[in-house]
Amino acid sequence: MLNFLGILFDGLAFGMLLFVISVGLSITLGLMGFNNLAHGVFAMAGGYLLVDLMAKAGIGFLPALPVVFFTIALASLALERTLYRPLYKSTPLDQVLLTVGIIFIATAGADYQWGPAQQPVLVPESLTGQFSLAGLDMSRYSLFLMAVGIVITVALLFGLVRTRFGAKIRAAVDNQRTAEAMGIRVDRVFQLTFALGSGLAGLGGALGVKVIGLDPQFAVKYLVYFLLVVVVGGPGSVFGTLLAALLLGVADITGKYYVPQSGAFIIYAAMIILLLMFPQGLLGRRKAR
Amino acid sequence: MNDSHPAVAASPEAPATTENIMGTIRCENVLTGTSHLAFLQSRDRWKPAEMIFWASLVSVFFVFPTNLVFASQILITGLFALSLDLILGYAGIVTLGHAAFFGLGAYTAGLLAKYGWHEPLTGLIAAGLVAGIVGYLTSFFLLRGSDLTRLMITLGICLLLYEVANSATAFTGGVDGLGVEMDKLFNLFTFDLYGKTSYLYVLGVTFLLFAVTRSMMHSPYGLALRSFRDNPTRALAIGIPVNAALTNIYTYAAVIAGIAGALLTQSTQFVSLDVLSFQRSADLLIMLIIGGTATMYGGFVGAAVFLLAQDRLANINPQYWHFWLGVLLIVMTLYLRGGILGGLGRLTDLIARWRNKERT
Repeated sequence: MLNFLGILFDGLAFGMLLFVISVGLSITLGLMGFNNLAHGVFAMAGGYLLVDLMAKAGIGFLPALPVVFFTIALASLALERTLYRPLYKSTPLDQVLLTVGIIFIATAGADYQWGPAQQPVLVPESLTGQFSLAGLDMSRYSLFLMAVGIVITVALLFGLVRTRFGAKIRAAVDNQRTAEAMGIRVDRVFQLTFALGSGLAGLGGALGVKVIGLDPQFAVKYLVYFLLVVVVGGPGSVFGTLLAALLLGVADITGKYYVPQSGAFIIYAAMIILLLMFPQGLLGRRKAR
Repeated sequence: MNDSHPAVAASPEAPATTENIMGTIRCENVLTGTSHLAFLQSRDRWKPAEMIFWASLVSVFFVFPTNLVFASQILITGLFALSLDLILGYAGIVTLGHAAFFGLGAYTAGLLAKYGWHEPLTGLIAAGLVAGIVGYLTSFFLLRGSDLTRLMITLGICLLLYEVANSATAFTGGVDGLGVEMDKLFNLFTFDLYGKTSYLYVLGVTFLLFAVTRSMMHSPYGLALRSFRDNPTRALAIGIPVNAALTNIYTYAAVIAGIAGALLTQSTQFVSLDVLSFQRSADLLIMLIIGGTATMYGGFVGAAVFLLAQDRLANINPQYWHFWLGVLLIVMTLYLRGGILGGLGRLTDLIARWRNKERT
């Protein structure tokens, strides 16, 4: 039983990580309907940036995290302007092709720059090891991930519900045309959301180096996980994304622990079943266009 | 944009009548001024360029006798790309998991041979059947949800099969692959080391399936499919049985992909896990885009260009190959729509217009 609770805890932490990486994709997908398969590239870039900041610039783990967030957010703005923007009104096929192209370039580029090996990362000692709570052994890093995830969730929900910008995002997700008619600059809103989401993905990638590793295949390997979280959660819904991320995180970790020979089988099967039951996502709404 | 409007997504199957399907053609007739039959017949006629294309494939056998193994691979990949074109180019469904059916066919042929059934033609049919059955069962998943949902479901099925093949090492040989032996074709021709028999075998099967597919796409059924791709709402409104047409074409494409997979197993006498990989699905999509969608020949042209370029460039450095492939994809989606055949079509249009100007 205690063992199970420990696994559940790790699963929830993994779910939180998935949430931090995927939430930006969810909102941008809900906003623009843009099929962005290259979202994992931002996470990968965040991971590599963290590794370089720590190894080459000598910055500590915790101070490096905000640097990663802002750098990736800024870099994504440039990409949005040059590559994504011309294809907003395009067919899903074009969007898929463009983003697959970005994945290929990123994979080859990372391989060229950092080599094919897994990247090591040294987190501060205060975040490593185990701690006991009521006889339950839990990893400190998992607790750290949970804390970061909760802070980001609260901040996002607060921002979405309580701020003017959040209201604009919600309006644009619900009905883009009407939002535009009301004077909301949907493209501006989208740009900022895209940057924010990519920054979060970068942050998630940086946080994940220790847990899920980092190599040039990262964007392809976890592509399914990120998309899965978004599709199951329902594009455009922060809470749905959180729910789906936690569910899949727990399912994946428990599956790999109790039935290791099944590999990724469980998560793919779960995905197909969930998608058949909820084609619009767990909390997704049909969009009015 | 394929909008998943509730009225379209959830509506029951509309009754199918030939009058309705012919109605779409009548609209075109107003423009061309020909009868239905003449219109369909003129579309179905083999053009000289097509005859040259197939004749040159036969001539490959005599001109490049040392490269026949590679040439068979191009043909098989081209056939596989054709089957994707049916779903993507003609029916307009984006799938990232088409390798599922290729792999199913490849493993069916491989396992049959492993357990003692070495006759190639029946193995081919069995592979097509297995892939077709799975294709039919999974085709219903495609009728629901948005484009992204479909993408994920097709990708998920392919990944699932990969995991199954990966863990069932006792049957599939896992990562090491599965070597098989084939009987003589028609009890006469041995599958030789230089790929002579297998090239002609692959060419024959490919041409046969191509001819059937071609006449299918030039029939009213093919037109109905395209009308769904271009405007699903209107296609339903004029009475095209959209759901039935989609499940049909998906099943048919799965059969073709399965046969292509079986051809690969039989001609190389080997099958390994990469027949089911994500890379195969993604590469296939890229080939089709390079060649041009909904053109019948785009898949073959794309496969040839892609595999030749890969053969040359990947030898230098595999990383560079994917880097430049990515650059090519981005440039193509942003600036060069329609692939090679689309570009050629535009070029001939330009020349024709220029000539017309000269004349007047």
